[in-house]
Amino acid sequence: MTRFLRQFAVLVYALIGFTLLSTSALAETPFPTIHEPSDESKQCIHDEHEMRRNHMNYILHERDETMHEGIRGEPESLANCIDCHVEPNEQGEIAGIDSKEHFCNGCHQYASVQIDCFQCHADRPQKFIKRSSHTSSLRNQLQQTLAAHDASSEGVNQ
Amino acid sequence: MKNSTASKIKITEEMNSSRRDFLSKATVAGTITIAPGVLLHSTSAAASGNTSTKADNEEVSIKNRWGMLIDTARCATGCTDCVDACNEENGLVGHGRPETDTQYIRKVTLKEKSTGHELSLPLMCQHCETAPCVDVCPTGASFVRADGIALVDKHICIGCRYCMMACPYKARSFVHEDVEGQKLTAPRGKGTVESCTMCVTRVDNGGIPACVEACTAENHNAMIFGDLNNPNSDISISLKSHGGDQLRPDLKLNTGVRYQGL
Repeated sequence: MTRFLRQFAVLVYALIGFTLLSTSALAETPFPTIHEPSDESKQCIHDEHEMRRNHMNYILHERDETMHEGIRGEPESLANCIDCHVEPNEQGEIAGIDSKEHFCNGCHQYASVQIDCFQCHADRPQKFIKRSSHTSSLRNQLQQTLAAHDASSEGVNQ
Repeated sequence: MKNSTASKIKITEEMNSSRRDFLSKATVAGTITIAPGVLLHSTSAAASGNTSTKADNEEVSIKNRWGMLIDTARCATGCTDCVDACNEENGLVGHGRPETDTQYIRKVTLKEKSTGHELSLPLMCQHCETAPCVDVCPTGASFVRADGIALVDKHICIGCRYCMMACPYKARSFVHEDVEGQKLTAPRGKGTVESCTMCVTRVDNGGIPACVEACTAENHNAMIFGDLNNPNSDISISLKSHGGDQLRPDLKLNTGVRYQGL
């Protein structure tokens, strides 16, 4: 019986130890800093707590309406989030979606929730998107293809 | 198009003064009674059916059917203005692999073998009414909007590429690489299929597709965009007077893109 009690005590100590360890580890993870728009006159379309909890539902709803029904100009859009919340820092650099400085990624990394939106969508406002340098190469390539086609002149019957 | 404008002017000149007075008074009365928002939507360009007049929060409807008309006689061999404009508008990027690089529009040369007569034309998604890509899509990602624009919902697309196989025009491309620096109005990403969207964001905002804009801006005037359901639109007028063929009409797809001079 005493042996069983001793084993039980060890187990309890171990559990307490683990809990302490994990909380101390948690305390070391810095809470993400949330970028407030520099224009203080701007206000979010909903209350901060509401947005934190439900932003994904707003965006999802708007996404389907826009894609399938062509409804545009809804305030709850990803582009609108990005427009206010993603801005260059004091050095004039703009954080990409991979950076912890990015408005979305800061929290998502902290909460360990994978975010797929930006595999397709622009992660910054349009004015900060660099013009693609590849477009001119695509043009050259097209011209070459057309020239090659003219040379071989492979016919297609109508 | 020019002819129709000219005839309208002629009719106006022929109108007698009393009729003209009546019309001008009627217009004034109309302006007063109509609310400002309605007035905005009844401008001459908007009412012509050449661009969308829908409000931002309004659903697209079957009242409109957006289409394009291409005059092959005006489309110059070797000219790629429409393709360039499309690439720029949608942020399309090449990787030096023509077999798999994304293309929304490509220039195609048709040659009649018996006569040697050649035609150059832009070939893009034909925005079929009964689209084969929609038929085969296992997830419902391929769809045709109520106003006739065929799209891929990339949120649902699983990248199986059945639609690419089904499309008789080879209009669709698959994104093989990670994409960076997308345009705000043209989201695109690895693992999904994509094709010409008829610049759907522009259309919804009352604009015209980038390719048509570029072709007109460069004074080639080989492309017209407009509402096929509106008999007063430039595209409908031109189709009525000069006709316009579908590519592969035997498939009975009722395409939204038509060609003249095939």
